[in-house]
Amino acid sequence: MTSSVYSYQLSPAKIRSEFLRLLPISLFVMAFGAAFGLASVQKGLEPLQSLLMSLTVFAGASQFAAVDMWGTEVSVLPLMAVVFAINSRHLLMGASLYPMLQHLPPAKRYGILLLLTDANWAVSAQDYQSGRRNLEVILGGGLAIWMAWLIGTWLGVYFGGLLQNPKSLGLDMVLGCFLLAMALGGEKSPRILVAWFVAGAASLAAWKWLPPNTHVVAGALAGGAVGLFWLDDRPPSDGGTQ
Amino acid sequence: MTITTTDAGVLALIAIMTLVTLLTRFGGVFAMSFVRISPRVESFINTMASSVLIAIIVPMAFAGDAGAVAALLATAGVMLAIRKPLPAITAGIAAAGLVRWLI
Repeated sequence: MTSSVYSYQLSPAKIRSEFLRLLPISLFVMAFGAAFGLASVQKGLEPLQSLLMSLTVFAGASQFAAVDMWGTEVSVLPLMAVVFAINSRHLLMGASLYPMLQHLPPAKRYGILLLLTDANWAVSAQDYQSGRRNLEVILGGGLAIWMAWLIGTWLGVYFGGLLQNPKSLGLDMVLGCFLLAMALGGEKSPRILVAWFVAGAASLAAWKWLPPNTHVVAGALAGGAVGLFWLDDRPPSDGGTQ
Repeated sequence: MTITTTDAGVLALIAIMTLVTLLTRFGGVFAMSFVRISPRVESFINTMASSVLIAIIVPMAFAGDAGAVAALLATAGVMLAIRKPLPAITAGIAAAGLVRWLI
């Protein structure tokens, strides 16, 4: 049952502070964006087309995969399947924010989801586990990442040659390191550790034996199943659900 | 079905990618609006949320080179020692760069 009164108020001051909080990681997102811009023009996209894709799709890994399939002709169903598979983690990420999002009116609820991406979601999800409700980071932090992604794409399209080998600088590992830091900064109860173990094992198994790009969803659902049968025995930290 | 990458064709392809991605951004939240958030559902959501992170990282470590593994180990070490994300991420990236320069 949802309340007819939407109790979550997005705080403008907090949106600004979350924007600034994610600016450092946005610099790295910009480097990824530059790598994407370079890859896309090398595959034959026009600069404006690359920028339009970054503007509206705004999902890095799936954009890389898409331009990898680029040619004089592009098969539509395989493209849709790859983009959906890589981005299907958004389904779970969005669902995990629902206990907070249900307290926003639908226009704002779906509006801020336009900016949902790995980094700002990871911050919000970890804050929620620590008992803090933070949807402002989805909006403010998401804007920082989105701008960085666009500026990075623009740089890569026009000055891509400057960043010949981002891998040698370790830049390909930024997101992995960020997500790992978020995971380790969160709650580490025996219940969570068991879920992590199950998630890691399922994700590896799916990566080896299931179709490509299904491992994140497979691992996350397996880890979630641990929570389904092993309930947290602490009292709920958040009074927001009725 | 294929689309030729003329100007209009590229616009159509980008529009298709945008719609599919939008479906993933909205779909989970839309589906949850039909579910009552019981303590069991809440527990599922919370363990699933932190499992997403692990499910992304573990294959990354197995698929990656020595630099990728060094990056994740350095991040984990610094994060567990001082619990501050930015130094942990910086250490991870530096470790990846260093290992790749050495090997």
